[in-house]
Amino acid sequence: MPVTDVEKDLDALTLTITAEFGADAERLWELWADPRQLERWWGPPSHPSTFVEHELTAGARTTYFMTGPDGEKHHGRWRIEEVDPPHRLHMTDDELDDQGKPADGGATGMTVTIAEADGTATMSIQTHFADRESMEQTIETGFEQGMTEMLNKLDPLLGAARA
Amino acid sequence: MLTYNQMVVDKKPIREDERATDLLFGALADPIRRDILRRAHEGRLSVSALAREHPISVTAMQKHVAVLERAELVSKHRVGRESIVHTEADALLRARAALDRLEADWRGRIERMDQILETDKGDN
Repeated sequence: MPVTDVEKDLDALTLTITAEFGADAERLWELWADPRQLERWWGPPSHPSTFVEHELTAGARTTYFMTGPDGEKHHGRWRIEEVDPPHRLHMTDDELDDQGKPADGGATGMTVTIAEADGTATMSIQTHFADRESMEQTIETGFEQGMTEMLNKLDPLLGAARA
Repeated sequence: MLTYNQMVVDKKPIREDERATDLLFGALADPIRRDILRRAHEGRLSVSALAREHPISVTAMQKHVAVLERAELVSKHRVGRESIVHTEADALLRARAALDRLEADWRGRIERMDQILETDKGDN
């Protein structure tokens, strides 16, 4: 696994994940800059993504959607804030509702930094929730799922311990 | 398990923390109580409604709920004559759950990025 570090700040509500790749910074930058490459990794296999508009220029907006297994579409939008190829990218990620309008409080910020040394490029992505509300939105489903999964895992474990 | 454990560690001084951990594991070590946690997420079920889901009396259910309350896993509030049970999702726990979910998303993305780089190398 290329992930080398994960830092979570529960007060600032940020996640910073760092990974190393056997490629140069320019190549990593392409993963972000080229919408056709972005589509290959942004959405999970169950929800492939389609980038409609995407250009890494400060002030530009990216629009994309992910298509779920039942054909349902989840729309998203980025506001590109800072671009310094191939080293730094900052944007905000707006969650959109079914009509493609911005959903209240769903914004998260993303900062990507890419450094290169000896043929290895290190990419660090910091994601932060704008506020508690947008965090709550992200976990509406995630938290319940996580909790249920955790309890389901506990069942056999604790059952076996008691037997 | 780790999530709950760390939640408690973050919140309490060491001594109390051990006691809280005991309470927590004690509370989770019963299938009926784990079922209550699942069902009480939306905070709409009363103690008597929960009792109807299991072959136990309301009094027995009250005892189970009391164990969960002591471990701070649920809270109770009264609505009319009913005691409504709600699974506690403390702010820290929710923050952790949100960040855990983000981490899982990003781990997936990074793995896919790595695969793309590897695949493209093979093509050249």
